[in-house]
Amino acid sequence: MKRSAYLAFGTIAALCASGIVAPATAAWEPVRPVEFIIPAGTGGGADQMARTIQGIVTKHNLMKQPLVVINKSGGAGGEGFLDVKGSAGNPHKIIITLSNLFTTPLATGIPFNWKDLTPVAMLALDEFVLWVNADKPYKTVKDYVDAVKAAPAGTIKMGGTGSKQEDQIITVAVEKATGARFTYIPYKGGGEVAVQLVGNHVDSTVNNPIEAVAQWRGGKLRPLCVFDAQRMAYDEPIADGKAWKDIPTCKSEGLDMEYLMLRGIFMSPRATKDQVEYYIELFKKVRATPEWQEFMKSGAFNTTFLTGADYAKWLEVEEKRHQALMKDAGFLASGN
Amino acid sequence: MEELVNLFHGFAVALQPYNIMLMVLGIVLGVIIGVLPGLGGANGVAILLPLTFSMSPTSAIIMLSCIYWGALFGGAITSILFNIPGEPWSVATTFDGYPMAQQGKAGEALTAAFTSSFVGALFAVIMITLVAPLVASFALQFGPAEKFAVYFLAFCSFVGLSKEPPFKTIAAMMIGFALAAVGLDSITGQLRLTFGVTHLLNGFDFLIAVIGLFGIGEILLTMEEGLAFRGGKAKIDLRVVLQTWKELPKYWMTSLRSCFIGCWMGITPAGATPASFMSYGIAKRVAKNGKNFGKGEIEGVVAPETAAHAAGTAALLPMLSLGVPGSPTAAVLLGGLLIWGLQPGPMLFVEQKEFVWGLIASMYLGNLVGLIVVLTCVPIFAAILRVPFSIIAPLILVLCAIGAYSVHSSTFDVMLMLVFGAIGYLLKKCNYPLAPLVLAIVLGDKAEEAFRQSLLGSQGSFGIFLSNPLVSTIMILGLIALFWSVIQEGYTRLRGTVAGPGSRAA
Repeated sequence: MKRSAYLAFGTIAALCASGIVAPATAAWEPVRPVEFIIPAGTGGGADQMARTIQGIVTKHNLMKQPLVVINKSGGAGGEGFLDVKGSAGNPHKIIITLSNLFTTPLATGIPFNWKDLTPVAMLALDEFVLWVNADKPYKTVKDYVDAVKAAPAGTIKMGGTGSKQEDQIITVAVEKATGARFTYIPYKGGGEVAVQLVGNHVDSTVNNPIEAVAQWRGGKLRPLCVFDAQRMAYDEPIADGKAWKDIPTCKSEGLDMEYLMLRGIFMSPRATKDQVEYYIELFKKVRATPEWQEFMKSGAFNTTFLTGADYAKWLEVEEKRHQALMKDAGFLASGN
Repeated sequence: MEELVNLFHGFAVALQPYNIMLMVLGIVLGVIIGVLPGLGGANGVAILLPLTFSMSPTSAIIMLSCIYWGALFGGAITSILFNIPGEPWSVATTFDGYPMAQQGKAGEALTAAFTSSFVGALFAVIMITLVAPLVASFALQFGPAEKFAVYFLAFCSFVGLSKEPPFKTIAAMMIGFALAAVGLDSITGQLRLTFGVTHLLNGFDFLIAVIGLFGIGEILLTMEEGLAFRGGKAKIDLRVVLQTWKELPKYWMTSLRSCFIGCWMGITPAGATPASFMSYGIAKRVAKNGKNFGKGEIEGVVAPETAAHAAGTAALLPMLSLGVPGSPTAAVLLGGLLIWGLQPGPMLFVEQKEFVWGLIASMYLGNLVGLIVVLTCVPIFAAILRVPFSIIAPLILVLCAIGAYSVHSSTFDVMLMLVFGAIGYLLKKCNYPLAPLVLAIVLGDKAEEAFRQSLLGSQGSFGIFLSNPLVSTIMILGLIALFWSVIQEGYTRLRGTVAGPGSRAA
């Protein structure tokens, strides 16, 4: 009952939105199917988000042309970025990005920079949480840091997704902040990392909420802190009466590190203002649907939405930050 | 007991006319997807996923999982008829299935393949029904070392149990490992062997290699041998199906063994491909007619198909209970679950009973429907063989090219496929086996990743591969498989009986 009410509201909101922006959309519209590139494999966070968007667009009929999702995961996403970079002037190609927008070119030296693409919008930011196995005695960040410090250097294993990407950057930052030494073990996907933690094959992880929430609810994992400036907004209880909101920030627990991952949209180079405007309006409509809000809640996303100059400025700052973090960690490719 | 009640409730859900209609639709779509090489189950499910958003989650998963079953069934069709495996796990089916088709026994081969698939799936579903809660915790014991041990076992059983000269097998395998190393090194995050070529960022896709090596290579060989398609005289009707069925119970031992291998490999997230190879390798060594394997032995079709289908089905269990997809198709299904607002994981069995048991019931029914659909179509598939080679060869070439193109929508891949075709032709001419090469491309990077993850965790100590009973057992099994010929020879020598000198020549 409640759900259908939401649905009706969402539809009305979407209709209103499309009514208001009608003149803008008339300016440019896709004339053939739009390729939606994912610079990551199937089943990961970016893939889930892109496929959710595809589902919402289809279900609510938000586009006249079909939206076709294509995974181009080669070379830590480099394949996808180079593909879009090489499609200058083709407005029928958009790409969803994660932090590999910055890390892949820096770590592998492929000829690509985000400025090669046309920024459209930031859809959301993905949080990172420090997780341990629920059987372990550490209840707080302090317990955990003390245990890591007490163990011989390198015997504590941190599991994460990919190498020289966001999870390892956070790991290095935690090492810096605490003076402890981890052994970082890279895996292919976040779901696999969470399961390795449940099986005690690694000692801690920095999984995104959506990757580990099922194991948290199953009582297998325990979140210690979130790498954000403020607590997450979602107060619905998940496990043991605890909600995402009850997880303290790492900073407040004495672990001074903040990291959020971009979930944003870009177009191919040399897109016109009208074309960018079309996609911005499209994603505004997507964000208004109940399905999107449900998805944001299930993954405890930070729902910041940026476009235009604000978005470009944010990207600028983050690029510098990644460069600094990766330089510190010694992750830069020899060419950079 | 509660599980049984839940299951019957699940049957009630799956048996609604609407859901049965979706089942048939899914199977037919899946078979078409499975027949087209390149357009694998994962792509097919991904393309059709948005269609299901307006359905209830249970109906949607029934349809999508039926596409999956259909693709599993369909993969065998092109393997047997044209020597082109539509999916990784169908590679082993070509070894005996294609020779059977050449001898005019395509109907028997297809019937055996479909029936074995059904038996394998049924076994796995029964296993899921009975031990779902236990299995989840078993899979958790699999860390990198255990995973590597499984891959090690797959490679070893191929070298040691194969009747090919071991050094040719190893040489072919090494080429595969080299090809698998191209692309991103997932442990250091560096690019390897790409020489700055964008197309190589993703490495060599297994499917393109297989379509080239097997499909194109086979066409080249056939052309050389006189443009004759040797399966022309296939007699196909319902009688063949019934006759094959009469013959199949003889291979119950192979079937049962393959079921176990399949379930085990599906749950420990090793997947259907090593399961099919391993099952074929062991059957070849153990079976009475083992030395005829590769020449069109029906048992050589039964073994890999049973194991592959059992593994493909069992792979859904870790996806549902842990949220870890055991195959790319399972990964796409996982995405679907999330869109429908279902969170796979330990709590799914508790919170979404109707969905889980509806799915399990649809596995029983879907496979039954699938078997009926594909069996009734056997005459149609086999009739393709009566078309003259000069017409069918260009069609296969086009099919191969479409398949290679659709993997990454790239024309470079089509070129690559032709290069692999030439390599496949040359290797066959020099009597190098192609299967170990393919096995190494498929599993090479996974094995390397697991190996290096293990060593990272153990700080470089090889002791990790013998650190607990589970991993030691698998590693030792691998070593036994590797040196099987030597062990067997030593054993026969000890007993003083002289082994026939011809036994190793084949």
